[in-house]
Amino acid sequence: MSDPKKDEITGVESTGHSWDGIEELNNPLPRWWLWTLYLCIIWAIGYTIAYPAWPGITKATSGLLGYSTRGEVAEQIAVVEARNAPLINALTDIELAALPENDDLHRFAVAGGGAIFRTYCSQCHGSGAAGATGYPNLLDDDWLWGGKIDQIATTIRHGIRNDVDPDALWSQMPAFGDILEPAEINDVVQYVRAMSGQGHDAAAAEAGSEIFLEQCSACHGEDGKGNRDMGAPNLTDAIWLYGGSVETLTYTVTNSRFGVMPPWSNRLSEAEIKAVAAYVHQLGGGEE
Amino acid sequence: MSPQDSQPLYVSREPIFPRRVSGTFRRLKWWIMAITLGIYYLTPWIRWDRGPSLPDQAVLIDMANRRFYFFWIEIWPHEFYFVAGLLIMAGLGLFLFTSALGRVWCGYTCPQTVWTDLFILVERWIEGDRNARVRLWQSKWDLRKWRLRLTKWTVWLLISVATGGAWVFYFADAPTLMRNLVTFDAAFIAYSTIAILTATTFIFGGFMREQVCIYMCPWPRIQGAMMDEQTLTVGYREWRGEPRGKKHDNTTGDCIDCMACVNVCPMGIDIRDGQQMECITCALCIDACDDVMEKIGKPRGLIDYLALADEPREREGSLPRPIWQHVFRLRTIIYTVLWAAIGIGLVFALFIRSDIDMTVEAVRNPTYITLSDGTVRNVYNMRLRNMDSETRNFRMSLTSEEILHIDVEGADGNIISVAPDSTTQIRVYVSARPQDPASARDRTDLRFWVEDAAGESRAYRDSVFNGKVPQ
Repeated sequence: MSDPKKDEITGVESTGHSWDGIEELNNPLPRWWLWTLYLCIIWAIGYTIAYPAWPGITKATSGLLGYSTRGEVAEQIAVVEARNAPLINALTDIELAALPENDDLHRFAVAGGGAIFRTYCSQCHGSGAAGATGYPNLLDDDWLWGGKIDQIATTIRHGIRNDVDPDALWSQMPAFGDILEPAEINDVVQYVRAMSGQGHDAAAAEAGSEIFLEQCSACHGEDGKGNRDMGAPNLTDAIWLYGGSVETLTYTVTNSRFGVMPPWSNRLSEAEIKAVAAYVHQLGGGEE
Repeated sequence: MSPQDSQPLYVSREPIFPRRVSGTFRRLKWWIMAITLGIYYLTPWIRWDRGPSLPDQAVLIDMANRRFYFFWIEIWPHEFYFVAGLLIMAGLGLFLFTSALGRVWCGYTCPQTVWTDLFILVERWIEGDRNARVRLWQSKWDLRKWRLRLTKWTVWLLISVATGGAWVFYFADAPTLMRNLVTFDAAFIAYSTIAILTATTFIFGGFMREQVCIYMCPWPRIQGAMMDEQTLTVGYREWRGEPRGKKHDNTTGDCIDCMACVNVCPMGIDIRDGQQMECITCALCIDACDDVMEKIGKPRGLIDYLALADEPREREGSLPRPIWQHVFRLRTIIYTVLWAAIGIGLVFALFIRSDIDMTVEAVRNPTYITLSDGTVRNVYNMRLRNMDSETRNFRMSLTSEEILHIDVEGADGNIISVAPDSTTQIRVYVSARPQDPASARDRTDLRFWVEDAAGESRAYRDSVFNGKVPQ
């Protein structure tokens, strides 16, 4: 290698690299810069001793400080749980009807209930609680088993038409395909359409009213407004769980429906059930 | 190439012992130091009455409550664009000053320069001027040297603690925090912040000094792109000074090679080598040289603020162009206009900002709800901010081409009460009866109005109502 070229002005060695006439000089680094490098190395060694670092066959070294990210999360969760414990106890003990009046506790319950709803309930009722065909919309003012906060809690606690909970809300509509002739079923369907203000065949509806009084009014009421004690829907309003068209109504009357909801008392705590009830109750249709 | 031929990979710092100097620029720097340090140390202690339940500190960054207070201005997090705007102004200001006057920021107002200057002042008071300090540096570590060094380091440390301490006062009520700091009741973060800033001030101001500028700071490298041949920087009139000689020798230039410019330089460079990366344009060499020139009866300005573009003229014996011609150029004017435009925009935004702030979020899961009587309902989540120091009542209403009904959840007469200095979240129901056209129309525009119940101010937000379209 030949003698390194010196830069004329500064007297510093040149690397010989030149771009557009600008030459790269080989200036020495400041020595403190080296010290900071050594300091970083020492720091790194200390760090790997103090904290989990070196990978082993089954697990990494755990470090002298015993730190773990999982442990930190668990700690934070414990802190939050400790902070929330009084609220959760209060929620467990409170009379549900009094919850909406208790501002702070209600806010806590609604926030927590929303999270529980999205975890356990949204699969059927939708993340926005708007339901789907066969799964009730929880945002409207129509309730099959009652829209007061404790009625909602009862429904959540025991579920509907399930064999798991003996206290489950239970009712069953007969399949009228075995009882009535297709023409009679059509008459009833036309009458139900008339009750809810939809287009219908007046003569058939007239005939259907007789059959309705005889066969349906025991549960749905003579005026067709339903009965919440047995979960019989109101047939006069604009809300249909399975649909209000002639086809769906004919199918419903012929074959019946059997909507099921599981009980949650075996999976959610008392406070959690109350929280979900509070959440559902305040969605816009809750009754006083 | 043998090992001894190659230069070392690493070099130690050459100690620098700047000599005392007096003159125009030194006086200017003293003033700037007093003002900038005064602002930094004293600002947190200025009180400003904002009424009850609000801090009375004039400048306060309240992290816990997410507020920034600056005298009569109160910035909320959603108004962070004010801070962004100020940062853009600071950037453009730096471009402007650098293109006009080179590294004036570095030379006069950079904290590194100001604190280093202060530390050198302390050093000179305790250990004496340049020659005494060089002798002390060379002397053995005897009792006297230990005494002087320890005294100096103690004073530096006190300044450093005060510097780190002043920083934390911007983030909490200063008198309270001061009491807590002294009684060891303050938060750990306060102590650790003070400790870190004390350490950096002590090390950067006392020991690293020019190393920070040369090796750590990116600005000296960026400045190359900011400056041009019209920029005024500190330079040496080499055509007047060279060749260097004796005072009474008429065959030589004006420079008598007295080294005054080198001895006063805090960066340890020789300005006569030309413009260089290390130069922070503190202009102390100008003061030093002017002093010498006056003593030997030569004109001042051998070292001076110069523009490279003037060099050919001056070599021909003409006078340099006047300063204003260097400063007022298209480039600096563009920077100034941009800077001022953003500044005016921010001031404008500050004055037109409403003291009601409202956001509307239409709930779109689901887009609408059918009620049992066939009414179609949309839900909107709304946030109302009251930036006042008193509880205010707001009346909600809506306007639309179609008939729509508004109902604010839990509010009688659609009147919402918002506590002082806080935000309230409310749910608003808008509904269309089955006979109203909006109930069966895909989209109906509507405008929410919120009005101070006292009738002082109002604001609006536009949104859309979704109906149930017949299939």
